Amino acid sequence: MDRADAGRRGGARVSLIATLARLEAVATGRARPTATVRHRRLSERPLVFVPLTTAGEAGAPLGALVGTDRDAPHLLVVPQPRDRDLRFAFLAELADIVLPYIDSYADAVEAAERNETDPETGRRVKVEVELCADAPQLIVPSRAGVDYVRLLGRSMRFRRTVEQDPQTPYPAPPRVPLLGRWLTHFGERSRVPGSSLLQAVTELLGRHWATGQSSLEDQHLGALLAWIDPPQGETGAQAALRAELARDADGQLLCPPAGPATDPAFDNKLLAPAIERYDRARTALAAAEDGLQADDRLGALTAAEREIRALVSSRTLPTWDAVWHGLDLLRSLPEGAHVEERWTRDRWSFTGHRDRVVAGEPPQPRRDDAVTAANKLATREREQARLEAQEALDDPLVMAARRLAGEAFAGEVVDVVMAYSEGKRPSPRPLVTVRTEDVPHLAERAKVYRSLGGKPQAAEFVRWDDDGHHADGPDGVGGADRGGLLVLRIVDKMGRGKEPEAGSVPEKGDRLCFTVFEHEQRGGAKLPDPEETPWTHGGPPGEQPPEAPDSVTQEDLL
Amino acid sequence: MSTEAAFDPGSAATRATDAILRDTLHGTARGVVVDSPPGAGKSTLVVRAALELADAGRSLMVVAQTNAQVDDLVERLARKNPELPVGRLHSSDADAYDKALDRLPNVRKSAKAAELAGLPVVISTAAKWAHVKVDEPWRHAIVDEAYQMRSDGLLAVAGLFERALFVGDPGQLDPFSIVGGEQWAGLSYDPSASAVSTLLAHNPQLPQHRLPVSWRLPASAAPLVSDAFYPYTPFRSGTDHGDRLLSFAVPSDGSGVDRVIDEAAQSGWGLLELPARHTPRTDPEAVRAVATVVRRLLDRGGAAVSEGSPDPVPLTAGRVAVGTAHRDQAAAVRAALTELGVTDVTVDTANRLQGMEFDVTVILHPLSGRPDATAFHLETGRLCVLASRHRHACVMVCRAGVGDLLDDYPSTEPVQLGTLVKFPDGWEANHAVLAHLAEHRVPWRP
Repeated sequence: MDRADAGRRGGARVSLIATLARLEAVATGRARPTATVRHRRLSERPLVFVPLTTAGEAGAPLGALVGTDRDAPHLLVVPQPRDRDLRFAFLAELADIVLPYIDSYADAVEAAERNETDPETGRRVKVEVELCADAPQLIVPSRAGVDYVRLLGRSMRFRRTVEQDPQTPYPAPPRVPLLGRWLTHFGERSRVPGSSLLQAVTELLGRHWATGQSSLEDQHLGALLAWIDPPQGETGAQAALRAELARDADGQLLCPPAGPATDPAFDNKLLAPAIERYDRARTALAAAEDGLQADDRLGALTAAEREIRALVSSRTLPTWDAVWHGLDLLRSLPEGAHVEERWTRDRWSFTGHRDRVVAGEPPQPRRDDAVTAANKLATREREQARLEAQEALDDPLVMAARRLAGEAFAGEVVDVVMAYSEGKRPSPRPLVTVRTEDVPHLAERAKVYRSLGGKPQAAEFVRWDDDGHHADGPDGVGGADRGGLLVLRIVDKMGRGKEPEAGSVPEKGDRLCFTVFEHEQRGGAKLPDPEETPWTHGGPPGEQPPEAPDSVTQEDLL
Repeated sequence: MSTEAAFDPGSAATRATDAILRDTLHGTARGVVVDSPPGAGKSTLVVRAALELADAGRSLMVVAQTNAQVDDLVERLARKNPELPVGRLHSSDADAYDKALDRLPNVRKSAKAAELAGLPVVISTAAKWAHVKVDEPWRHAIVDEAYQMRSDGLLAVAGLFERALFVGDPGQLDPFSIVGGEQWAGLSYDPSASAVSTLLAHNPQLPQHRLPVSWRLPASAAPLVSDAFYPYTPFRSGTDHGDRLLSFAVPSDGSGVDRVIDEAAQSGWGLLELPARHTPRTDPEAVRAVATVVRRLLDRGGAAVSEGSPDPVPLTAGRVAVGTAHRDQAAAVRAALTELGVTDVTVDTANRLQGMEFDVTVILHPLSGRPDATAFHLETGRLCVLASRHRHACVMVCRAGVGDLLDDYPSTEPVQLGTLVKFPDGWEANHAVLAHLAEHRVPWRP
């Protein structure tokens, strides 16, 4: 196994083509595409979620716009974010929107097969199971939004409802813990490379376009959109600067940040006074001495609340529109060929969690055990490798970056010589000469792969066939005498006979693209069951008591 | 006489080895951990422990990290004891093992563990062992390069053995993952941490040993490498100043390249400093400079005298290596060497040079020509591997200005709760090495 690709860490893996695209974006004042197809699934009916949080209060939502209809978002507001009851009311409302949306995907199923280990025989057997025909998709504006989904999930899934525990001091509304489990699932799934259940628009756009600003600045949705789709008569740079900095006469940002954090000027000048008015109105209402007075004061409270709703709406609506605008831009790209396959994995993931909820399993634990953590890491590494290979196979622009990096090469077949393996039953091992201008890094007898009818066909690097060849110019990026004639030996996918099957061997004149990386990922080794955790990792966890709910702290109480 | 002179490296190393073997063979702990600085005889220890365990009749599995390491261990074992039946468990790929093993009569090779059952010693990679299922675990295991093994790799194989000897070099490159694993940072069993850190977090009472003497590094290099990379676990060189000599038949032509070669031959270190400049990773001038140094090393008829052989041994291409941080840099150096007509010189990245040894190394400094210092380039282990592969001399090729670069980029890696902070950090270690190399600096304008 290859242990090290030194270039993959520390964000060092920015391709030469991506750098070139950024330079071109600076020069032309407009973002440049870095993909010719869309590499992620966009649902027909995504649920867009634009949350705002309260400054200085981790996990205290201020409000949100949420919904599947771009013309009719639901506005949820917590007029006093530090009030636990109001927060629960917000979460309950959110659950009433999100859970029916999720449920709408839970019932439409198709039959599928899954490999399982038979508990009695220990053999791998095929089992008929349900697979949800489609899966819900949550879209948030930015990476911080993904983190916020995770945070909300964590804050809710251990809450107890009255039905679960009549003694609980601050019972959560009925469906809130369930929402927490689902948001946790979405948050966790989003850590799997190439998954599409929960996505941030900034990440999606950043995957498909290169702007003339830094990747840190790309996390500002307004600035990112300004580069990709600048208004008439303006360059991306100007529009992006305006999106980031321009303020109105009152000192408020024209393009509010996509959240969940809000602009301090908004917090201080508008939000804080409005919340204070609301608090005062509430105190006054509580102190009302008769019905008439209470009626009046209730009116004042409602007005104060309406004011906060208007403020939250004014800060989330621009982002809401920007998210849909971003989705429109993304939909203009055709979907990549392998996206469907990755989405199927998302559907399995969704179906799996649906089944765990239905089976009454407890919420996801606070911390993964050793085996679960190792399994998750293995899955993510496999998916990362799969994603990198599939994106390159789906998209010539991505493949071009791999070719420039010496990880693939394209060229024309100039010669095919039939040859056979030695041994009792000789198999075809044709030698194929490819003329290429690329400069792949090929070790002795390195394996290379091409896509043959969607399946990888392997070949072995034999030699460079011309004297004038320079495996890699010392300047690494170009030169007059790059590339040359490459001799490869095709080693598989030619059938069982002595003569290769028709179409399985390249022919003279074919234009082919070979990769040095594998197209498909092998499954990793099976890890022990958690009950068999070895002594090096702390031994079996033993019988675990169900996770206790979060204890109530001072900060929980107003 | 000072106490320093009284230090006898041979007996110090023997004492350490004896203690390790005592704990391994007769101790009660399930595991023994051995830290080994570069060239401290780790492989020798592994072979000796394996032979003694086999002698004691304990079924033994050996876990190494790469196929090359496995093949190397098999050969060493066979050389030490040609009678001992050894199993080489390999993958089912073509060329799964070194064909040289076919010449060893008592080495049985198979892709199936069952076919090797009953042999006193079975050796394979961690990746292959992870697929093995057994009803009865091995009595003992030796895990080689345990600091380069990931915690999840150990998790997959730990059920195969009852007790184990873990051997490795804590100063070399940490294992890593191509995806983020921050969510598990701070957990004792963080799957992307090293196998040893998980093992010790769960079993802090395990005996830990240290090999105190580097036989590879010359007296000129051991103090620097020890101070810069092992400040709390110092080690010594097994040889003294004057035990190792490197000389050249052809005198210097006065060029920067020849002067840095002479400086390195004399002092053990040489820094060929190119003018400050931000460059692409495959800096053409630096690459050419590296290739030129190698060419001149070979052209000038080098001869190495060391404690093992009183007669000078010619410095051939096989005894010289070039180390880089990135693969494309290695590829560029290889191409430049081919142009200069040099073949058979090992050129590779730090990751792949781990565990290897040469007379002279030429290193392209990981930070040379860079506009920034990322965590990757600052990683302590990377520089440590590159600066500790040589028996005689090391020539570093670097653009000027790395000191300023380091000052501009203090380490800003987030500190995670519950994780062991590694000392020294890469920033500190880089400064220590630079400060020392500055004394052996030869400025050169290509």
